[in-house]
Amino acid sequence: MKSHHIQTVALIATLTGMCLSPVRADDSTHAMPDMGKLLATGGVSSVEGAAGGGITPWALISGYGTRDSYGANVHYTELGTQDFQLDTYGAALGIMDRVELSIARQDFKSDRGPLNGLKIRQDIVALKLKLAGDAVYDQNSWMPQIAIGAEHKKNDGLTGLLNGPITALGAKNTSGTDYYVSATKIFLDQSILANITIRDTEANQMGLLGFGGDLHNSYRAEFEGSLAYLINKNWVLGTEYRAKPHNLSADREAAYYDAFLAWFPTKNYSVTLAYANLGSIAAPETGNNSKQSGAYLSLQAGF
Amino acid sequence: MNRLVQLVLASSMAVCTAIVSYSVMAQTAMTAEASDTVFDHFGGKAGISKVIDDFLVIWQGDPRISDRLADADVDRLGALLKEQVTQLTGGPANYSGKDMQTAHAQMGLHNADFNALAEDLQLSMEKNGIASRDQNRLLAKLAPMQKQIVTK
Repeated sequence: MKSHHIQTVALIATLTGMCLSPVRADDSTHAMPDMGKLLATGGVSSVEGAAGGGITPWALISGYGTRDSYGANVHYTELGTQDFQLDTYGAALGIMDRVELSIARQDFKSDRGPLNGLKIRQDIVALKLKLAGDAVYDQNSWMPQIAIGAEHKKNDGLTGLLNGPITALGAKNTSGTDYYVSATKIFLDQSILANITIRDTEANQMGLLGFGGDLHNSYRAEFEGSLAYLINKNWVLGTEYRAKPHNLSADREAAYYDAFLAWFPTKNYSVTLAYANLGSIAAPETGNNSKQSGAYLSLQAGF
Repeated sequence: MNRLVQLVLASSMAVCTAIVSYSVMAQTAMTAEASDTVFDHFGGKAGISKVIDDFLVIWQGDPRISDRLADADVDRLGALLKEQVTQLTGGPANYSGKDMQTAHAQMGLHNADFNALAEDLQLSMEKNGIASRDQNRLLAKLAPMQKQIVTK
């Protein structure tokens, strides 16, 4: 992890913290953020920007604004595997605990192995809408919080080792949109959080390798799941799984999974540490069929 | 190195699954064994009494919601809360106050007020050494009241 990135995040976090004024909303000042949601109930920032776990969106709306207010945050995430590094940074806005807007930029690069020097950048704009249920309050029923979302992704192409659009690696399109429905339930009686997301997607490796391919060139519904234990109000331990399509013969794409530990010291900050396994990436092109796995660190600052 | 990484990941996932399974099993066992209630985990009537007393002090010092207690009969409120929490945790009491909807109808409470109160209760439970699992069991009983209590 490069120190200037950490410094940048520390600076952003400090500035954000300084700008935050947790003023309670009342009848006369609805414009101020109320920071009224319970700790951790805005989730953390996924690598595609939406509130969730780390690799899958949840039905929770980002930030700490209740239905009377709003919340927002910025995040920075680093994930390093044997051959690759993925840096993600972005921002999310939660409005009235109902609508979530997020932006994220992914910088993916190979710093070892056959593709050493290859860089790919992708930008993601996403929208989430809570439709029904409440993950926290519906403790006397099985009703989960349900949300639908869309993540529009624009792959900015290859630089470094190769130059050109991502279609040079076999993808059919340079941009695409994922559509998903998520159901999140907090079982307070058991201190467990569970999430199921079904994503309709044509993205290769989240879109980092483009959209569609020679093996398959249309949308597929994929399952994503998270299971977490609420250790106490500040710590959450969990595991996630994300199935993915396999559209490219040049990329033996496989499911992602991770185990994470998230720390919420206050409503202004969270730190997520994880071990993520991204399966095979860009193999057999790289000749490296081994799993790409490694440490994941994500920092979020907001209100 | 890759083996080690996979081992760490696999172990973490196994530990997480084990904790979740243990939690579910413990919960199942809890249901079967009637004597071991959340009420007992709170230390019975004395424990709940302490939690509520501390909760009212924390509430009175919480600038977000302290004004809600300005005109309240705090002693009576405390007695009612002790009855209610005792009953909700499976202890021997019958809540004798008004139903939640009637009691809060004129208060015009926002969602943030409800959550601030929940946070103050968490602080009191933490102060009294109530295990997080047991705190959450009580919160699971209180959470559905949001629909009756929050009217704004």
